Amino acid sequence: MKLFNFYKNTFKHGIHPPEFKDDTKDLPIKQFSFSPVFILPMEQHIGGPSELLVNEGQEVDRGQMIAKASGFMSVPVHAPVSGVIRKITKVPTVSGKMVTGVYLEAFPYSGQEVREGIPIHPQDATKEQILNAIQQAGIVGLGGAAFPTHVKLKVPEDKQCDILLLNGVECEPYLTTDHRVMLEQSDDVFMGIRYLLKATGAKKCIIGIEANKQNAADHLEKNIPEDLPVEVRVVPVKYPQGAEKMLITSVLDIEVPSGGLPIDVGVVVVNIATSAEIGRLLPHGLGIQERVVTITGPGVKKKGNYLIPIGTPIRYVLEEVGVSDQISEVYLGGPMMGVAISNLDIPVVKGTSGIVVYTNKDVPDVKREFPCIKCGSCVDACPISLNPSKMGLLSRVKAYDEMVSDCNLMDCFECGSCSYVCPSNIPLVQRFRIAKSIVRKRKAKAHA
Amino acid sequence: MRNQTLNISTSPHLKKGVTTDVIMKNVVYALIPATAFSIYVFGLSALFTIGMSVTSCVLTEHFLCKWSDKDSTINDYSAVITGVLLGLTLPPIFPLWMTFMGGVIAIGLGKYLFGGLGFNVFNPALVGRAVLQAAFPVAITTWYPALMQDRFTSVASSIYTLPFMQPLFDGASGATPLSAFKFDHISAETTDLMFGFVSGSTGETCAIAIVLGGLYLIYRGMMNWKIPASILTSAFLFSGMLYLYNPELYPTPWFILFSGGLLLGAFFMATDMVGSPITNLGVIIYGCFIGILVVIIRIWGGLPEGVMYAILLGNALAPQLDRVIQPRVYGTSKLSKS
Repeated sequence: MKLFNFYKNTFKHGIHPPEFKDDTKDLPIKQFSFSPVFILPMEQHIGGPSELLVNEGQEVDRGQMIAKASGFMSVPVHAPVSGVIRKITKVPTVSGKMVTGVYLEAFPYSGQEVREGIPIHPQDATKEQILNAIQQAGIVGLGGAAFPTHVKLKVPEDKQCDILLLNGVECEPYLTTDHRVMLEQSDDVFMGIRYLLKATGAKKCIIGIEANKQNAADHLEKNIPEDLPVEVRVVPVKYPQGAEKMLITSVLDIEVPSGGLPIDVGVVVVNIATSAEIGRLLPHGLGIQERVVTITGPGVKKKGNYLIPIGTPIRYVLEEVGVSDQISEVYLGGPMMGVAISNLDIPVVKGTSGIVVYTNKDVPDVKREFPCIKCGSCVDACPISLNPSKMGLLSRVKAYDEMVSDCNLMDCFECGSCSYVCPSNIPLVQRFRIAKSIVRKRKAKAHA
Repeated sequence: MRNQTLNISTSPHLKKGVTTDVIMKNVVYALIPATAFSIYVFGLSALFTIGMSVTSCVLTEHFLCKWSDKDSTINDYSAVITGVLLGLTLPPIFPLWMTFMGGVIAIGLGKYLFGGLGFNVFNPALVGRAVLQAAFPVAITTWYPALMQDRFTSVASSIYTLPFMQPLFDGASGATPLSAFKFDHISAETTDLMFGFVSGSTGETCAIAIVLGGLYLIYRGMMNWKIPASILTSAFLFSGMLYLYNPELYPTPWFILFSGGLLLGAFFMATDMVGSPITNLGVIIYGCFIGILVVIIRIWGGLPEGVMYAILLGNALAPQLDRVIQPRVYGTSKLSKS
């Protein structure tokens, strides 16, 4: 038994960046217009690329599967719009890497009816059928990581899932997609929970929501169906509470072992928008064609939460909402972990939770890097109690092995809290990313 | 929409915005009350001492950077802090050429030799003072009475001593409360100590002005409050125990707390981020170590004042504390990690 629990209802350390959510949190989700051309990369998720099922020049219906999963660790891609496959080629992605994909030209006068598939219902489907249906719907974690959801839900033989934890934290500044989904799609969320409970075998579902979305928590609480074992838990606002491990600690007061997964402590964490997507698609046998994206930031004119078809080019999105003349940085996701893009001709993909546009004056000035003055801000910020200051110094001399053995480098999940607080503008998390990828490469080489 | 060049940078795309130079600048602001008060108490002499020490530190840093083909780092304000702190630890009638030397040593030996800001193991100002104390033991313990009538019109002649000459002190010199206690066993009034109307180093005297500056930094989140708190608490408790044991022989804990440089050291020197440990537990051990050491040196040591050596020894201990004490990483068991 713990005598003192100073961190009741939340995890240790963490930071409080400004939220910037007021501009969009009260704006209802709006359907976005269809762009004339869609870009559909085959690598929108973590895992094996999807395998194309269509040829150039072929006509496809909205909702039709155009690429199938290449294995268990992969998901299909569906056509977001009725149209014709113009070209199969390499398409640009957010990382700058060119991957196989298609350019899909929409039929301008099509009614855009969705082609329905075989519905599946939670009460009479088996666990395997649900997992398969989730995979066939092309569903990945919509929080941003885009990890195939069915892989996460498949509980290993020797383990057991006790609690299904729905992540409605949305701790990234600017983003309000999950907030709107919880307010507007609560029925879908609860429908999704039925599937998820069955798929994981969990007896109970807890929805974790940060206190800045109290209205969403109240709304969900009020609408819980009587037969569902769901509990809504409000946790204090703190970044990075949306990280799986942090949310588990906040809600359940247990720690996931270093290097382990939530299932090791009997928990499966699923993003709340993913649950809503499952609840909406599976009863109709549909595939994922669109998602809610927050478009915001100081450079955007018509900010809002939009339901945008997957594959819509960012350039088209920004033209539609209008941006200021001095845009200087566009990034996908939230400001803490989002990726800045160098090219507007990349598409909105399944993992795109937000598009934030900065003008010149919003980009933080980090040109001058001071030496580390060992102030300890990063140590007090790191949610998993690493010592970023020490790792930063080690990374300067490329002592990557020491970073792993002495400092638990591989536990770092790159939330960026250390870089955020560092008064000396040291790009700590960037160095850790580099260090991690070098260590991984070395390991792969050693095994090869 | 025009076809624009987009900037790319790695996340996070937000910064807290408190940079190192801002922190350093605020430390300088926090030292203003103590500096202003010492100038009020000791007059022009204090102004000259502090001014010379700051000038010397800044010039030394600037030229050392220039000579080693680096960009000058004086605009991060850390040299200014060293200068002000060094000035505040010296007697107001200290010869200016010695003060200048102290600044050169503080920055050159205490800071730059170790690699500049961020790498100095010891507090540079205290390194400067320690060398001065060893080199000029008489000059550095010749004090000047507070609140002299003519303090704003004339300065003590010893200030103008020619370089490499020993100063000649005119009659007016006063003992500090600590040396009075040490050698003559006279305890000063606590209220006098609080307001700083006593003899002593330039800035070691007014408790209220120092605490005010310290509280400002703590309020702005630019100082680890645990360091002064643990130093003062441990010094108070330890000397309090001694006092209860034998009130005849040992001074009151209040006297220990408010005399000499303990407050200035606890708030502005021990809290130097570079020289103090990085973890919370480490910081508390470091603070208690310094607090207890101060009392030991003051009571049983050969010197009337022990803050300087206590903090320098604490600085030496800090990296070792950081090596031994690391926070337990999330998801690892308490025992497996040393």
